[in-house]
Amino acid sequence: MNYRPAFRNDAIAKVCGKATYTDDIKVFGMVHAVPVYTDAVSAKLLSIDVLECLREPDVLAVFTSKDIPGAIRFGQIIRDYPILADDVIFSNGDVIALVVASTREAAIKAAEKIKYEVEHITPVLDAEAALDNGSPLVHPDHGSNICNEHRIRTGDMEKGEAGSHFILEEVFTTQRIEHAYLEPEVAIAIPRSDGVMEIYGSMQHPFSTRRFVANLLGSPLADVEVKTVPMGGGFGGKDDTAAIVCARAALCAKLLNRPVKIRYEREWSLRESYKRHPYKMYYRMGLSKNGLIHFVKAKLIADGGAYCSVTPWVTWRSTVQCCGAYRVPNVHCDTYGVYTNNVFSGAMRGFGSPQVNFAIEQLMDMAAQKCGITEREIRYLNMLRQNSSTITGQVLDQHRVSLREAMDAVLNKIGYEEKRKQCSMGNPDHESWYGIGFAISYRGMSLGAEGVDFNSAIISVQPDGSVLLETGIHENGQGSESAMILIAAEELGIPAERIRYRQPSTSNIPDGGTTVASRGTIMGGGAVVDAASILKEKINAVLKEAGHGNTFRYRRGKIYDAQDCVVMNWDEAIKLCYNTQCYPYAFGVFKAPQVSWDEHSGQGNAYFTWVYACQAVELSVDPKTGAVKLLNMVAAHDLGKAINPPMAEGQFYGGMAMATGYALYEDCRVEEGKVITSNFHNYRLVRATDMPEMKAILLENADPNSPSSAKGIGEPTNELMAPAIANAIYNATGKRHFDLPIRIKV
Amino acid sequence: MKIIVNMRVHEISESMLDTKLSFWLREELDLCGTKIGCDIGVCGSCTVLVNSKALRSCKLKLRDVVDKEILTIEGISPEPDALHPIQTAFIDAGAIQCGFCTPGMVLSAYALLLENPDPNRDQVRKAIKGNLCRCTGYQQIVDAVILAAKRIRSNKDKEV
Repeated sequence: MNYRPAFRNDAIAKVCGKATYTDDIKVFGMVHAVPVYTDAVSAKLLSIDVLECLREPDVLAVFTSKDIPGAIRFGQIIRDYPILADDVIFSNGDVIALVVASTREAAIKAAEKIKYEVEHITPVLDAEAALDNGSPLVHPDHGSNICNEHRIRTGDMEKGEAGSHFILEEVFTTQRIEHAYLEPEVAIAIPRSDGVMEIYGSMQHPFSTRRFVANLLGSPLADVEVKTVPMGGGFGGKDDTAAIVCARAALCAKLLNRPVKIRYEREWSLRESYKRHPYKMYYRMGLSKNGLIHFVKAKLIADGGAYCSVTPWVTWRSTVQCCGAYRVPNVHCDTYGVYTNNVFSGAMRGFGSPQVNFAIEQLMDMAAQKCGITEREIRYLNMLRQNSSTITGQVLDQHRVSLREAMDAVLNKIGYEEKRKQCSMGNPDHESWYGIGFAISYRGMSLGAEGVDFNSAIISVQPDGSVLLETGIHENGQGSESAMILIAAEELGIPAERIRYRQPSTSNIPDGGTTVASRGTIMGGGAVVDAASILKEKINAVLKEAGHGNTFRYRRGKIYDAQDCVVMNWDEAIKLCYNTQCYPYAFGVFKAPQVSWDEHSGQGNAYFTWVYACQAVELSVDPKTGAVKLLNMVAAHDLGKAINPPMAEGQFYGGMAMATGYALYEDCRVEEGKVITSNFHNYRLVRATDMPEMKAILLENADPNSPSSAKGIGEPTNELMAPAIANAIYNATGKRHFDLPIRIKV
Repeated sequence: MKIIVNMRVHEISESMLDTKLSFWLREELDLCGTKIGCDIGVCGSCTVLVNSKALRSCKLKLRDVVDKEILTIEGISPEPDALHPIQTAFIDAGAIQCGFCTPGMVLSAYALLLENPDPNRDQVRKAIKGNLCRCTGYQQIVDAVILAAKRIRSNKDKEV
């Protein structure tokens, strides 16, 4: 085995058990708070009686919405989430009170003594039924159960229908799934003597957390400082709920004027935290006799649950990518994010694409069969190519469109053509059914027209030549700090070991947005390249002033002139800077290139760049039990440039494994508005023995719009394995499965 | 009564016998490398070695481990500031992401290599089956254990 050793600035601490996660922090005088829930799903909250609880041993306080000095409700888009329920219970995860005690155990015990009265309201539990005119409203103030809608109107549907020889019409559903980060939510809030509320938390968005905290406390942003500590997994799931837990800890800390920790039990986390949106998707697709797609009509309904969270953004991505990686001249898509009283839905790795890909990539295989061509041929025929126009009218001429390259790489590697012939198709003579399948995608990078997109980096070189680096990107465990260090090291021509990533704080670097949408490497890396370039200009000016020439290059810890002669080494140059009153300090910014969107027509340049991908899987199905055994997986993604190849591969494998769970096992069950899944014993996560060996193919077509050449990889890897498995299961069993998770009936 | 943790002897009293081992390690001994993921014995984040067997410390009470030898992640380095070959292999193979499962994974691998110094990939997968990881898809963790086994065997050969 040949290993290119991975670079991680946090590896030694993590492998020795010394990395300090939030729950590992103990602060002098710290007390503990726990949440109190009700048994209601939808109700008026009439009263809360805290007296008996307050009499319990070691209890210091009980806080309810009445104690909130700032605004009770908050949200990233719509402010509909009561951080502590006031007069209405919107979902079973709502918290009505916080019990604070000197020990966590005492607080948990005392919380049982809280009494409350509610008047139950008939809950809204089905997203599609919630769209009916007669449905009760979850948020009457909103005026409708439609949280948001998006649409695409491209071409002429009548023309598309008229020109179609084959029509496919199917309904697909996908389930609610849990992020299952291994570390549950935890927060510590410390009221500092300078008046600042200091926050440590298992959260993936310090700036978003700061907004939640400041809003609840009624404080200016400058009076809240959120610091980053190692986090035990996020996957999009440590945004709203994690920030809310931090805000609640801050509330208790402010009211008691002492440090407060809230650590969630897994049961509370599953009950309260948002999930991946369940979708119902109606698709109608028309094709010419030879397999050319003429039109797609889609209606997508996403259950957003009780709160808006980022449902408008998730469903927007689904809308933009509703036709997969294909050229479709006529498109009519309507997407609805819907309020219900179910546990709310929010960001999860994939962010709206795993759902639509599950539908469209199966439709493509079905269409191929109808048209009498292969799955490969129908994709060649319809896929996006260089200079193609997307369904929203974006011309793909700014970067290499490598869809065919990705698909060929995977299918050749796995030996698709030969193996496809061996598929069982439910042959009763076979003792085990064999199947192979694949799926392709393109994915818009970063926020796109969802939001304002820019990021910054600070490089501060110390007098001894060592470097402090910081960016507005958050370490979620993916290795973003290491990637930033490697980019800076390459730009400055110094070893990565000389660069320390400074512990990030919201009080130090400007708000760089949230570390979501696979934007860490492209946005943070872009800012690092800019900062490095500004820094080098400063050093160059000092060198020029000292008569060392005009142009300089930085490599291997030395600075070279135009003739490629060594001018001096890095440390000497830094010393010269300080001696000549020049700070080797730079603040760099990367602003995402312009994107556009017309909400009425669903047209625009949705994302400034795209990642192209293909994933394939081989599996067998036991005809007697329906059990699926995974045999082999291959994936190719064009990530622009792999900054830290072993960690990029880790993203491939982790994404594929998570999507395997989505395809076959995971189902966060909600019955009558209550989350039934309570811990990992009744939530089936993929284990080491479930996974086959995986192969990652890193395609590197440098992206001209990315200063570091890199795009992103976290989410693309998570959006393809479910349809690939579904297609392989069809080829094994001869039966299509339209619902996730796939349950094979025998 | 005593419990030995990472070679150090700890006296315990009768009143502590019902304390959870995971809680005691984290809260009393400050050995926070033992992580709590589910607290019901399903995720494996709290794995420790009890007399060389990988067990879930959230499912054990102190009474279950009286007079036994516990090894936590903090205790597997051969000497301070040095890494065990399994730890080095986890770093080199890219087996670490968020790191929350890592201590438990390393200890499960440690127990496996004590029993079987030359496991194949399927045997590694079986040995870490009780340890959930949401980040890595397990591929590079399996790589790491195979790499560690190889390095440990080759070191032993050199010693002989």
